Amino acid sequence: MLPAPAPAAKRRGRWLTITLFLLPALVLFLLLVVAPILVAVYASAFRWNGFGGLPTNFIGFDNFTRLFGTEIFVQDMWHLLVLVLLSVCIQLPFSLAIAMLLNQRIRGRTLYRLVFFAPYVLSEVITGVLFSLILSPGSGMANELLSVFGIESEFLADPDTVMPSLFLVMTWKYFGFHMMIYLAGRQNIPNELIEAAQIDGATTWKTFRHITLPLLGPTIRISVFLSVIYTIQLFDLVWILTGGGPSHSSETMAVTMMEYGFKRSQVGYASAISVVMFVLSLVFALVYQRFVMRRDLAGATTTMGGRR
Amino acid sequence: MIHRKKSQPRATTLPLHAIAWIVGAFILVPVVYALLGGFKENSELSTNPFGLPETWVTANYTDVLGSGSFWLQMWNSTFIAVVTTVLTVGFAALAGFIFARYAFRGREALFTLFTAGLMFPFAVAILPIFVLLRTFGLLDNPLGVILTQAAFGLPLTIIILRGFFRSIPGEIEEAAIIDGCTPFGFFWRILLPMARPAIATVSVLAIVGSWNNFMLPLVVFSEEASWTLPLGIQQFQGQYASDTARILAYLVLAMVPALGFYAIAERHLVGGLTAGATKG
Repeated sequence: MLPAPAPAAKRRGRWLTITLFLLPALVLFLLLVVAPILVAVYASAFRWNGFGGLPTNFIGFDNFTRLFGTEIFVQDMWHLLVLVLLSVCIQLPFSLAIAMLLNQRIRGRTLYRLVFFAPYVLSEVITGVLFSLILSPGSGMANELLSVFGIESEFLADPDTVMPSLFLVMTWKYFGFHMMIYLAGRQNIPNELIEAAQIDGATTWKTFRHITLPLLGPTIRISVFLSVIYTIQLFDLVWILTGGGPSHSSETMAVTMMEYGFKRSQVGYASAISVVMFVLSLVFALVYQRFVMRRDLAGATTTMGGRR
Repeated sequence: MIHRKKSQPRATTLPLHAIAWIVGAFILVPVVYALLGGFKENSELSTNPFGLPETWVTANYTDVLGSGSFWLQMWNSTFIAVVTTVLTVGFAALAGFIFARYAFRGREALFTLFTAGLMFPFAVAILPIFVLLRTFGLLDNPLGVILTQAAFGLPLTIIILRGFFRSIPGEIEEAAIIDGCTPFGFFWRILLPMARPAIATVSVLAIVGSWNNFMLPLVVFSEEASWTLPLGIQQFQGQYASDTARILAYLVLAMVPALGFYAIAERHLVGGLTAGATKG
């Protein structure tokens, strides 16, 4: 609320307060978030090795045309699509089912919840290293387990199985997070609605299909949103598990960017990749919020961001 | 009504428990495998992957605990997480206070700028940040990681804190001002203590985010002395590639702080994440 009109000195004091309180956050944010993103956009139009101040060798859109023509980029996009589809069609329904299960009054559900969410707290590096040992071809634990059924897999070492294996690890680590979101969403639905449906004679499935699921709509849409945004930037797990291999068969855009930016010092070209990632996230976010989440948003942008 | 509810599920919970147990096994088996594997000889890992160790070899664990580098990485991770959290929450609280309680020209534009920060993926900025930190001589300096993490943590923290600050009645502020409180005095002595639950939530989020961060330390730290735990684990795996049991022991010990913290702060962590996801 606005205070009553104040004399000039008091108003100056007010502005001083506003400036002093905002300054630290604003400086940090402009310097380390906004400026780097602008520089990335700028550098994507140059041939640049990252040295000697700002880039000077302007080449227009050459970095982008080169990028769009490469096999690796096409593969990156394909991997993104595969992971998004697997997440949306398998991981999220699975999380939803488990959330509905843990919403029942069963003994020990607090403990189940605690355990299912625990992998989310472990770092991607711990998860990655652990599963690279478990999934190692030959005598890894997963193969010892599968040998009971007489089958064996190369998992991460085989281009045909690397993506499902990667997805398995992602599910291990992240389904608990989505489960928690669904549980929170479910708890916001008044139980009276569910009970009313049951009294009217609806079966459990019908109650879920026609009452719970529609009311969970906003929650599900946000969970899909977070999952897609995260997958666009996927880096840590892939870097640790496969490094993008074997022969680029699990590479993501962020991995390609790191390869070119830090291993080959083609900072201009790598910046072009990062700009594509940025534009992809932004376009997805805008389109998704405009067409899918529009009913859910009351003037606020809702994400918890890709950072976690 | 209540009676019906209590008696009805009894017949049906068995399959639910069965499913929960299968999912629980999916989650726990890898972790238990690592825990037990750390006590085994390497040769035993393939002959007896799931059973208890034939002889409990403690050397893998004690070697890691006796090595200076493990504790150094632990210290680096802790130091970076704590300072990051103090800076993120401190700066975000100051800004959130202004956004919540002062009306001024350009406020909405500034606030939108910060919220837009949620849409900026960290990976996009990593190359320019690297160049920037190198220019300032902040490579291999914890400050390089701390400041960058704090900057990227600001948007979500400001949004959550602003929402909380808004819910505190304006009468309290008026009363404080009449009693001669300065704006900072009100912020420091009244608002922050009242916002303790929200502060706890955003702090937990900042700590976990910093503790698990990999990409930024990976590019900023090249000297072993400044490595954080994730970098150390990755390096350890490379160094002892064939000594699986030793790597498992290292992993288990590296999990302990994260899981311990989770056990303590579970409520705040889950509350913060779901609030961040569903309310923004």
